[in-house]
Amino acid sequence: MGSNRAVKITVRVIVIAYLFFLVGWPVSLVVQNTFADGFTALRIALADPSVVFSLQLTVAVALQAVLINTVFGVGISLILVRYDFPGKRLLSSLLDLPLSVSPVVVGLALILVYGPRDSWFGQWLTEHGIDVIFSPLGIIMATAFISLPLVIREVVPVLTERGTDEELAAASLGAGPVQTFWRITLPAIKWAVVYGVVLTLARSLGEFGAVKIVSGNLEGRTQTATLLVEQTYQDFEQSTAYATAFLLAAVSVACIVVVTFLQKDHASAGRGKGTS
Amino acid sequence: MPTMTSTPPNTPPAPNNHASQRSQRQTQRRIRRAARATGRPLTRSSSVGLGIAMIWFSALALLPLSAIVLTTVENGWEKFWGTITAPQTLAALTLTTSTALLVTAFNVVMGTAIAWVLVRDKFFGKRLLEVVIDIPFALPTIVAGLVLLSLYGPGSPLGVNIANTRIAVGLAFLFVTLPFVVRTVQPVLADLDKDVEEAAASLGASRATIFRRIILPSLAPAMTAGAALSFARGISEYGALVLLSGNLPMNTEVGSVRILSYLENGDNAAAAAVATMLLMVSLAVIVALDLVQRRVARRG
Repeated sequence: MGSNRAVKITVRVIVIAYLFFLVGWPVSLVVQNTFADGFTALRIALADPSVVFSLQLTVAVALQAVLINTVFGVGISLILVRYDFPGKRLLSSLLDLPLSVSPVVVGLALILVYGPRDSWFGQWLTEHGIDVIFSPLGIIMATAFISLPLVIREVVPVLTERGTDEELAAASLGAGPVQTFWRITLPAIKWAVVYGVVLTLARSLGEFGAVKIVSGNLEGRTQTATLLVEQTYQDFEQSTAYATAFLLAAVSVACIVVVTFLQKDHASAGRGKGTS
Repeated sequence: MPTMTSTPPNTPPAPNNHASQRSQRQTQRRIRRAARATGRPLTRSSSVGLGIAMIWFSALALLPLSAIVLTTVENGWEKFWGTITAPQTLAALTLTTSTALLVTAFNVVMGTAIAWVLVRDKFFGKRLLEVVIDIPFALPTIVAGLVLLSLYGPGSPLGVNIANTRIAVGLAFLFVTLPFVVRTVQPVLADLDKDVEEAAASLGASRATIFRRIILPSLAPAMTAGAALSFARGISEYGALVLLSGNLPMNTEVGSVRILSYLENGDNAAAAAVATMLLMVSLAVIVALDLVQRRVARRG
């Protein structure tokens, strides 16, 4: 049994060391760099109007993308699980596509359809007063695109597992579809929706590649927080870059911690994070 | 990932007749399949819902993605081939693909080891590891690049500087793809029946044999699925590399960066050609993933 234990401990040490050098130490260094002079860097960054603007824009965009993806995600999950229609399998696979498409490809795709020049609908929309590219609308679309499957991936397994017995019972007792949804369906999938929303939020706050292409990166107009991190770092304003990066990292790590703990408390509600 | 179908916990007592046992099993399977196929034909209100969802999904994702493929097709084979075989683009695509393959192979080994530690090992602070593994998934990619730069870039506390080298590309890929194999293998490993391993051990099988003959075959589909996700994520990475790899042409430039520079030069057709190449690889990966999953479901 001696060698058995030795193997176990060796693997444990290798794994911990690997995760420490790949994630643990680097992440803690960003925290350390941000607070090298106490709260000064954070205070200076938050006094900079372009930083404040970028953070506000990022939060506004992320919230709208989360709202869109939650409504769309819950709706399409219900349809996918409850109904049969031709092309269901194909649709289900296509809904996963945004997770494996490069953010840069997403940006390019939106430019080709909605771009100001040589695009499918861009000119027509501009004539009717709607600008998609280089405006917040385009940023919201790009963000909604890349985080599209996260709610669906959480909700579908739970809906499949629950079945329709309770809903049929409610309907037989005279509940309308709206009442059934709010009283029976939604409470059942509540935690799955919460995980999905938190993961979508984390993903939306941090989108970079797709947003960089569709936003035009105009400071004070379409520059999101992640774009500001890139620009300030390249302009040698390291402390602003680190402070903004710290704020983004803090929110996303908080999201992950929330999901991990919720998942432990509601393990019966169905497992499976967006990463799997 | 769709949940795997589980067998019902209580099977009926086995009758002594083989034929009746088989027919009973068949009936049972039929009932189970009927229970699983909960789908009803679309009602009027659900058709409207599906219609609205499809219009949004098309406007947001399907039309733009097909625009990439259509733009490539419109500009003809010559343009496509000429673009992806241009030395700088070819170098970028080769670097992206080979690095993603290497990183994926490493992830399969390391990810399985991490999953094993998370499932089978017990020690203080294991919960912290769970959070650490999910950080790369949640962390904004540009921040991921900055994070790696602070330990492995100029002014590193370790005294190494890999910024603007090909190692940086591999490191960034390792960081962003960390959760995939771990999170696909972990649940399968947790569901694995330990009795079989103990039975094998009591019959004199060595640890290596148990791993190779019992654990590995059950984990293989999950490892494959995780590897596919990890590869797809690797070849499409952009944000983590921006600050870290320096995007040096013919050296550390990756496929996504080529798309961006074609786009900035107004050459939409060339950008679409490289994007089509990346999309085809992504699509191939999803199809492979689906096949693996079907096989898993059939076995269950």
